[in-house]
Amino acid sequence: MVLKGINLTLNKGEDLIILGRSGSGKSVTIKCLVGLVQADKGNIKIFDQEITNLKYDELNNLRVRIGFMFQNGALYDSMSVRQNLKFTLKHHTRDLSEEAIETEIIEALESVGLKESIDKMPAELSGGMQKRIALARALIIKPEIILYDEPTSGLDTITSREISELILDVQKKYKTSSIIITHDMACAKITGNRILILKDGEFIAEGTYTELEKSKDEWVRSFFT
Amino acid sequence: MGLVLTIQSRPTLLKFGAESWLPSMVSLSLIREIAPVITALICAGKIASGIGAELGSMKVTEQIDAMEVSAINPYKYLVVTRIVATTCMLPILVFYADFIGILGGFIGYKIHGDITLQLYFSEMIEHVEFLDVFPATIKTFFFGFFIGVIGCYKGFNATNGTASVGVAANEAVVLASLSIFILDMLAAQITDLLV
Repeated sequence: MVLKGINLTLNKGEDLIILGRSGSGKSVTIKCLVGLVQADKGNIKIFDQEITNLKYDELNNLRVRIGFMFQNGALYDSMSVRQNLKFTLKHHTRDLSEEAIETEIIEALESVGLKESIDKMPAELSGGMQKRIALARALIIKPEIILYDEPTSGLDTITSREISELILDVQKKYKTSSIIITHDMACAKITGNRILILKDGEFIAEGTYTELEKSKDEWVRSFFT
Repeated sequence: MGLVLTIQSRPTLLKFGAESWLPSMVSLSLIREIAPVITALICAGKIASGIGAELGSMKVTEQIDAMEVSAINPYKYLVVTRIVATTCMLPILVFYADFIGILGGFIGYKIHGDITLQLYFSEMIEHVEFLDVFPATIKTFFFGFFIGVIGCYKGFNATNGTASVGVAANEAVVLASLSIFILDMLAAQITDLLV
């Protein structure tokens, strides 16, 4: 059993951080929210709709309102950056012209500062660039919620900060709500309004960065030292 | 295969004074069994492993999950397309293999004997019937279908880790090859019952 009964609420316009050690169930939590992992029991409500018993098409109607940035980007490696974004966009907005699609693609890439990479293949991009493109792919469908799975993992300190600041910019520009799974404290400090700490499948603490830094629980404080 | 079969069979048929049956014997063997099975086995090795490895790689790098969360049905986009492709293309490949095999048989016959291409094909066509070609063609659709299904199944079920991609490819080949033998056996039984 990975998660032992968790309660999670995401408010509109909020950036919620889920902190925890590796293997604590962070990724499983957000994968449950988009139906990639089926919960054994309990309720999951997205946009006031219970998702655990939804049919595939009904679940997909919700998924188009949620963006997901995977830990390693998960770019389609047989497609260029342009094709990655076009593929996602075309499946959501079938009545857009080619010119409109191209405009959307360029706008999404400009949001992440990588317009010049439009015709490159994912293998030609660095790890940080791949994550930016993955974020652009999540943004292009104009989601209301974005889920980030370890957005800064595997990156150096400077690039991690850039990604964290990009996440903040995206939230301000697109007015999205987000859940960020991370064990990068710098990222949590830059991006989060509220932090939940996950230990052994349970949330054991909740608060802002400043509040949790002064927590009476030694294990919680250990994240911030 | 046609060339080898002709060269290998000729001495035996010569003993029985049945050398003239060589074109039809070779062509029937090729059309009914050798071309479909050999072609399918080669495709199982190349295509099933390729599909298994490609989809397995997509699975472990979360590309398939990325499609799912983008509300794109990965089964429609990745699986159905591949299965349709393998199902449609294998019979075409088998026709090509039949043609090359029969041509090889002619070359094999020509090495030791004197026969024109026209006569060789006439001898061949005289004894090849619709019921020789039709069941052989139908089973190649099933071969292609199973190659596609098995490759996709193994790829989609690759667990996390790059080692599992290799395992998926390997298992796809083995299972696809085995399924071809089983399907061929079933096809032979069914054809025997119906004809």
